[in-house]
Amino acid sequence: MKAASATRPLSWRKGAHPSYAAFVVHRISGLALAAFLPLHFWALGQAIEGEAALDGFLGWAERPLVKLGEFVLVVLLAAHLAGGVRLLILEFLGWSDWQKTAVAVTAGFSAAAGALFLLNLAG
Amino acid sequence: MSVAAVTRREARLWLAQRASAAVLAVCVLVHLVLIIYAVRGGLTAAEILGRTRGSVAWLTFYLLFVAAVAVHAPIGVRTILREMTDWRGRSLDHAAVLFGAVLAAFGARAVWGLFR
Amino acid sequence: MTGPIDASSLAVKVWRGREDGAYQRFTVPRRANQTVLDVVTWIQRHLDATLAYRFACRVGMCGSCAMMVNGQPRWTCRTHVAKVAKDDALTLAPLDNLPVIKDLATDMTGFFDKWQRAGGRFMPREQPPADFAFVPPQTRERRAVDAGIECIGCGVCYAACDIVRWNPEYLGPAALNRAWTLVNDVRDGAGAGRLSLVAGDAGCHACHSQESCREYCPQHLNPTAAIAGLKRATAMATIKGRL
Repeated sequence: MKAASATRPLSWRKGAHPSYAAFVVHRISGLALAAFLPLHFWALGQAIEGEAALDGFLGWAERPLVKLGEFVLVVLLAAHLAGGVRLLILEFLGWSDWQKTAVAVTAGFSAAAGALFLLNLAG
Repeated sequence: MSVAAVTRREARLWLAQRASAAVLAVCVLVHLVLIIYAVRGGLTAAEILGRTRGSVAWLTFYLLFVAAVAVHAPIGVRTILREMTDWRGRSLDHAAVLFGAVLAAFGARAVWGLFR
Repeated sequence: MTGPIDASSLAVKVWRGREDGAYQRFTVPRRANQTVLDVVTWIQRHLDATLAYRFACRVGMCGSCAMMVNGQPRWTCRTHVAKVAKDDALTLAPLDNLPVIKDLATDMTGFFDKWQRAGGRFMPREQPPADFAFVPPQTRERRAVDAGIECIGCGVCYAACDIVRWNPEYLGPAALNRAWTLVNDVRDGAGAGRLSLVAGDAGCHACHSQESCREYCPQHLNPTAAIAGLKRATAMATIKGRL
């Protein structure tokens, strides 16, 4: 029984493996960080206006939603760093037998960084 | 631009991306450790400035950080746009350079503000 | 077909047509030790003689039977139904990233054209060799060649690769893997000229190491590692101004 004609759908299940997930995380985190950076530099540039201006911004940043955003950024930064280091090793040192372990290690590193950030926020 | 010249340019951009990545690997690790440490007990301007004001070491570190980011981020975003959208060619290249210039300018301004 | 008939049957969706087409549904008796190739063959022989598909050796040596099985590129002769048919369902489609000739058969011309564009053939030196080449198997170069030489051009990696999908000029994992084996072939006479063929947007620099090629290669090759080797070689050439 044939359905009406349509264009051949390309498969998405091909990406169901760790290295592909690592690529997606790396790309999304990179894009998010690139979008965040101008804001980050602007905020810190408030220091030019003096200590009070910087404190004003930091006070605003104490709000829970902002802290949540900071937590997300820390995790994204750690993820992008770890994934990037994994790629540099893959490309320049040619190790390849431990790829799945490496992806797991990078995920663990990001989680640890995020957790430590949260703990230190609280304490 | 000839095919050979385009190929050379892409190879150089790739190399610049990896070289800046290596620099950033160190800078970001330091930065993450610092963030996690500094965030204890709340963050104040006094605490930040107490560390960075007049410190040539931090000035140098952060300027290097900003320079590496100003190379790394635009090349990365350019790659993503070329792969996933229809935007390519000289207008994209110019936009990427502009993005890098903006990052460098705002970054250097911020670093200077924390130093002086 | 081997083995007794199981009680259950398979619900199989098969792509019919070309780029435009539709899935056609068939019900196929399930058998022990059945491969996906067994399933396709049974459909063509008993249900619909107009179904077009490729196979040759049936024993995992030629790579002709490659197609998308439940969304993943595989050799159908080496894919056991029991391993991939969740809930007794199979979806069969032609390999991704290649034009469809008919149903499950794709046009591999572009794949092999890219192989040539990547310099994927041995080029002898100017002068004929005076003697046989001595190539100790344990040298770094020969181990690099051996790691990638068993490619039989089945196209599974090409179908698996997202960069091939996003970037029509990209030479693809198989062509680049072959180029790397030739870069490391100490008898080859092409020299540094090989590197400019495999650099840039069409070449190794477009690879983001998703490693789908390595994940799905039925010969367990690692094109990602070969492409990483090309990245290192072209980087060195770039630094020395020789690209």
